[in-house]
Amino acid sequence: MSSSRLEVRKTHKLWIGGAFVRSESGRYDRAPTADGRTVNVPRASRKDVRDALAAARQAAAPWAARTAYNRGQILYRAAEALEARGEGLDVGRQELAASVDVLLHYAGWTDKLQPVLGGVNPVAAPFLSFSLPEPTGVVGVVAPDAPPLLGLVAELAPVLAAGNVAVAVLSESDPVPGLDLAEVLAVSDLPAGVVNLLSGRRVELSMALAAHRDLNAIVDAAGDRELAGELDRLAAETIKRVRHGRCAETYEQAVADALERLEAVSELKTAWHPVGA
Amino acid sequence: MEERAAQLGKRSIKTTAKQQGIRLAISMLDLTTLEGADTAGKVRHLCAKAVCPAPTMPEIPSVAAVCVYPALVSVAREALHGTGVRTASVAAGFPAGQVSLEAKLADTEDALAAGAEEIDMVISREAFLAGDDARVQREIAAVKERCGEARLKVILETAELGSYDHVRHASMLAMEAGADFIKTSTGKAGAGATPGVCLVMLEAIRDYAERSGRIVGFKAAGGISSARAALHRLVLVKETLGDEWLTADRLRIGASSVLNDLLMQYARTKTGRYGRPEDFSRE
Amino acid sequence: MSAGTRTSLVWDYAPAPEAVDHLRLRDRYGLFLDGEFRDPVEGRYLPTINPASEEPIAEVGWAGPADVALAVERARAAQPAWAALPGLERGKFLFRIARLIQERARELAVVETLDGGKPLRESRDVDIPLAAAHFFHYAGWADKLRHGVQAREVAPLGVVGQIVPWNFPLLMAAWKLAPALACGNTAILKPAPTTPLTALLLAEICQEAELPPGVVAILPGDGNAGAALVRAPGVDKIAFTGSTAVGREIQAALAGRRVGLTLELGGKSANIVFEDAALDQAVEGIVNGIFFNQGHVCCAGSRLLIQESVREEVVDRLWRRMGRLRVGDPLDKNTDVGAINSAAQLQRIEALVAAGEAEGARRRTIACELPERGYWFAPTLFTEVSPAHRIAVEEIFGPVVSVLSFRTQAEAIEKANNSRYGLAAGIWTDKGAKAFEVARALQAGVVWQNTYNHFDPTAAFGGYKESGFGREGGPAGLRPYLRIVR
Repeated sequence: MSSSRLEVRKTHKLWIGGAFVRSESGRYDRAPTADGRTVNVPRASRKDVRDALAAARQAAAPWAARTAYNRGQILYRAAEALEARGEGLDVGRQELAASVDVLLHYAGWTDKLQPVLGGVNPVAAPFLSFSLPEPTGVVGVVAPDAPPLLGLVAELAPVLAAGNVAVAVLSESDPVPGLDLAEVLAVSDLPAGVVNLLSGRRVELSMALAAHRDLNAIVDAAGDRELAGELDRLAAETIKRVRHGRCAETYEQAVADALERLEAVSELKTAWHPVGA
Repeated sequence: MEERAAQLGKRSIKTTAKQQGIRLAISMLDLTTLEGADTAGKVRHLCAKAVCPAPTMPEIPSVAAVCVYPALVSVAREALHGTGVRTASVAAGFPAGQVSLEAKLADTEDALAAGAEEIDMVISREAFLAGDDARVQREIAAVKERCGEARLKVILETAELGSYDHVRHASMLAMEAGADFIKTSTGKAGAGATPGVCLVMLEAIRDYAERSGRIVGFKAAGGISSARAALHRLVLVKETLGDEWLTADRLRIGASSVLNDLLMQYARTKTGRYGRPEDFSRE
Repeated sequence: MSAGTRTSLVWDYAPAPEAVDHLRLRDRYGLFLDGEFRDPVEGRYLPTINPASEEPIAEVGWAGPADVALAVERARAAQPAWAALPGLERGKFLFRIARLIQERARELAVVETLDGGKPLRESRDVDIPLAAAHFFHYAGWADKLRHGVQAREVAPLGVVGQIVPWNFPLLMAAWKLAPALACGNTAILKPAPTTPLTALLLAEICQEAELPPGVVAILPGDGNAGAALVRAPGVDKIAFTGSTAVGREIQAALAGRRVGLTLELGGKSANIVFEDAALDQAVEGIVNGIFFNQGHVCCAGSRLLIQESVREEVVDRLWRRMGRLRVGDPLDKNTDVGAINSAAQLQRIEALVAAGEAEGARRRTIACELPERGYWFAPTLFTEVSPAHRIAVEEIFGPVVSVLSFRTQAEAIEKANNSRYGLAAGIWTDKGAKAFEVARALQAGVVWQNTYNHFDPTAAFGGYKESGFGREGGPAGLRPYLRIVR
């Protein structure tokens, strides 16, 4: 019996560019853990947002260039990793199972989005014209306060499945499961910078995201109307694509509108090629 | 050496000081293109950007010079005519310098004939590492003589010299042989203008100035790809040599991609927004 | 020694055989039925042999009509629960199978090569990875079916009987099982008589994946077992890949019955080389088109149509390239052309080649040493071929290419389409507009432009005319396994 053994406590860190880092601001917040304790978590700053976006932008083109099959395999592996290590995230079996299933569902979308959203256009001229969805690029994700894990995964999975990279602002009241998710994702073959996770004050961080010119889209599930308006206003400066959605509290809610979620972070490219002499 | 240089990098430069620093850095740029694939078209675009780096922000100054290979000097000279931006050329067997003195001088003469106002030559590392200081100086003096009114910048290629002591020694040799500027690197080999190397060379310049009364300029080139790095070099100069050195006559930064980062950072100080690559044209 | 003579350097590849000591093969495999391996009712076991050595590899149970009937009954019993599972759960089984195939990839590749004769390089780099990818792709459709059928409401067909050939045994099994299962059907797979082993290893994988009993049955057997499956009253759909002759029989056998049918049959695909093609690339494409898998490919580019102006040059380059093909031990990683799958197939090839010579075409076969034992046919080129010759009309299914020529684009299209088959075609030209125009005009289910023999789980594959109907791959591959409810 080792009841007298002191346990080594975890330091919670941000996940930026594949590395676990403290906030450059050195600030912290207090957050609850499932076993009733309170721990320090980083309070990310807009400079952390800036660094995360730089890492995401670097990762964006290589991630989009991978085959859809490869991206699907990586998301599947993330599901494998979450299934295996999920107990440590302390969110309860139902939320964990739902999160794994959401990853699985979207892993299966990577190589199906093009046939479903794309197609050949029967133009009235001798051309082969086709339209294909492509990733929009770097997407900012604003996760809801609850559920702390499923709410985040439901927003992240479609973003990644569509070929984008993400910078996510975690639940403000309960960021620890999201921060721990980083450890799971870090073993799943996701290239560095494809997902970046920041804990801190939602309003501060999401507005920094929306104001940054090098962001292509925002997916907001925070359910805060005033914030939503602010994000819209800031996004307008560079014509960012914005989706405000209800947060997902169950697996069914996370996948019912899968196609809409995928569309919101995809661009459609139409190409024409002459047919004939 | 490195610790001291790093400490100076911790200076925090904010708001108006940052804006001023960025404008200063831009005014000291030798905007450079040294690719095998360079063409007249590319050089003209670069010159246009050198003269007016940001049409939407007219307070941004022109850069100090455009630096190209001898074959493209005439194109640059024509494009920069009447703008105040100087035409600089690499020469003397750039970048390796592994050719005869005759070839080096012919190279230099070609560049001057085409209109180069500044020559960036490489020292003979081969001679230096063999201990033949006299030959190193002889070559520099010969090129300087050809230069006449044109300014001579002497590239030490610090990454190949082996130690800070060697960097200081090479600096002294170059200055004594008549260099108008000493320059860290070609940008074609290994590490460039690291803070440690810059500090060594700036201290050599300071000591030489004190000893001889002659001011030799400093050009940092190679590895300066971010606005932060550029401002750090300015801080080094300010703290080592003083504010009177913060002028394009005595200080240059040789780079290409750093200009857009300087512009993005500048725009951010005005708008409060972090920028993106598409906000400014590449060349 | 006189000054002028020098012996030239000969640098040849050393043998590079794949290791086989890591295999976990049993001596004997029963039928896979209702979740377990069991003896055939009539107790018939036969050896499956390695066509490169004529040595037996293992003994395999052969299904008789009673086994087929039992499998159908169990498949029917298991189907409602399987279809009632949430799509994601069905998908999870298929994901498991895909991952298990990946984990056992090298073993499966070696067994495929041993059992069928194809070079290891192909089974390792093409067959097995594509099989895993196929399961992975369809796993992801299981919970998204309505997105694959233009939002229509669908239901599975029920029990499907699937008969696959010996040229891509595991890959064809994957092409059949994955979509069928994803859609909520249960399946009975009958592998070809000469190549049952990888299907049986797939059965082990199904067990390891804990696939519910009855969802998949794997019954090796001959034409009788296949016929029993086709005739079984409890089967809702038959999927067949094989020769047009047998496909015809199956279609006739199902006449008057409301049983779904898809057929993927033979071909005599035209590989068309225009004068403005990149010729060296075209030659590689020709070689890949007809000598890949010893020509045992339904979509093989067996008719080479070359534009007159470049005919001689292409033939020269092709002949020289053929001379560098390495025929031999399929387990050797440097082998290009492996063994012919069976004695029967070898006889068929030899007979058709003899007919070609008799009808007046000019035959050239590369000079190479063929091993003593085993079934081998050296890569062969026929020129001076008329469109009416048997070797230009009938599918040889071997490493034999027949060269025809054409003068104009219109003539090429006409010649290419002038066949009862319509499976695939290749177009070689540097002009994109021409490639698309010709593609539009060809009566072929798959058109490759400046490439050949590329397959992907997302890209539908299937033929026109007597090459069959129905498609495999992509959302189109779901349709044959669903019925529209609304």
